[in-house]
Amino acid sequence: MFAKFIRDFVESIGSMSILFMQTIYWTIHNLRTGKFAFRNLLDQMSRIGVDSLLMVAITGVSTGAVLVVQIGYQFAQMGAQSYVGGVVSLAMARELAPILTSIVVAGRVGSSIAAEIGTMKITEQIDALEAMATNPVDYLVVPRFWGCTIMLFMLTIFTNVVGMIGGSIVAVHQIGLTLISFKDSILHMLLVQDLMGGLVKATVFGAIIGIIGCYKGFTTEGGAEGVGQSTTSAVVVSIMMILAVNYFLTVGINNFNTAYLL
Amino acid sequence: MIIVSNLQKSFGPKQVLKGVNLKIYDGESLVILGPSGCGKSVLLKHIIGLMKPDSGQVLIDGEDITRFEQKKLDALRMRMGMLFQSAALFDSLNVEENVAFGLRRHTKLTSRAIHHIVSEKLEMVGLPGTNYLMPSELSGGMRKRVGLARAIAMEPEIILYDEPTTGLDPIMTSAIDELHLSLKERLGVTSIVVTHDLKSAYRVCDRIALHFGGQIVEIGTREEIINSPNPVVQQFIRGEAQGPMTLL
Repeated sequence: MFAKFIRDFVESIGSMSILFMQTIYWTIHNLRTGKFAFRNLLDQMSRIGVDSLLMVAITGVSTGAVLVVQIGYQFAQMGAQSYVGGVVSLAMARELAPILTSIVVAGRVGSSIAAEIGTMKITEQIDALEAMATNPVDYLVVPRFWGCTIMLFMLTIFTNVVGMIGGSIVAVHQIGLTLISFKDSILHMLLVQDLMGGLVKATVFGAIIGIIGCYKGFTTEGGAEGVGQSTTSAVVVSIMMILAVNYFLTVGINNFNTAYLL
Repeated sequence: MIIVSNLQKSFGPKQVLKGVNLKIYDGESLVILGPSGCGKSVLLKHIIGLMKPDSGQVLIDGEDITRFEQKKLDALRMRMGMLFQSAALFDSLNVEENVAFGLRRHTKLTSRAIHHIVSEKLEMVGLPGTNYLMPSELSGGMRKRVGLARAIAMEPEIILYDEPTTGLDPIMTSAIDELHLSLKERLGVTSIVVTHDLKSAYRVCDRIALHFGGQIVEIGTREEIINSPNPVVQQFIRGEAQGPMTLL
């Protein structure tokens, strides 16, 4: 039982890696031959990004606000109010914005990609694509993969901004800080590499969501039940993978910052 | 000419094709009959290269397509059209975009020319003016006809029909059969039809093959099949519940 689990896991990672390589191959091939479907990519970016905006905004505002509530009073008691903005912005930029945005997008977009491609698989639409001399990775995966990757980057910037706005509102109206001191604290403590580190993570998480959603769609079997399983599995596996990869990325980015930027 | 030679395919422990041998001549209309789940669609998917056999060959114009690299296979597929059992229309595209799919991807025709071709094909399948409907707005029979319009949009030399008349009323079945015959007459199209519909099979066939137990058990003209002494053939064409098909 355990051996089978390990074998299936390794097999899945191998297949996902192959799908990733094929996606990169088709991207380069299409860019070289001028056949890259930019319109398709824009459609996916709109679907993935614009449609996720409200959920991401709510997540960002509430996270920023809650963080300020949680640390604001403690810091005030210690007379360290001037650090509130900086600490909140660091937490958001380095960890919370990329992780929370990715989890929201994995739930909303990863599942819908798996369901869409899974339904296409069981209704022979993938076969129809191939029968019409169209590679499914080229037509389906490339725009979704890049859509997820680019929009996770964008959405994380958005989460950072709305998180700071949410935090500043609570800091001013509940903790009693001034907007200037909150802003100064952010500008004093938050460095460009903190923001960039978070955005690098978000971009990698976007790629993970795109590939896993498509992979789960392509491996769908059976009928509606199979689509349901793929959808759930896409979300669960994406979130697990994001959390696992986050650790290694954090260590890598910290080492890089220590070695080259500090 | 298409030659299927000793084609074998298994899914897990179940062997679906157990050495299928078949010849389809240019311009011929071959109907493959057989009970549900016997592997007729699997055979069709091997002929268009959607599945790889465990062993055996599919020779088209003398070349084994099971060994084709992707580019060569795609070039071959552009000469073929396939109507899928479930029609397999792309849900996110409207009827016009579905029918125009191959034309847009593989030709340099103008949008106007493509629109003209799409409208012509939709008229041929009895669905004029449905260009901007979504697949979800179509009935099962309409979806199938749009699938057929899509299969013939690129004017292929070989058309594979997977149960083309299932879900259609008798009048539309006749219309589809007539369309099939006219494509054959006008363009010399080679067709392979997988069906359960005997009446339709008799109407469109040059020859009929009976697929059962993973093999072609009988092949011949309509008369040869009707008069075949093979009990499997007789059970199938008479539609009897009892017989060798249930015993195997």
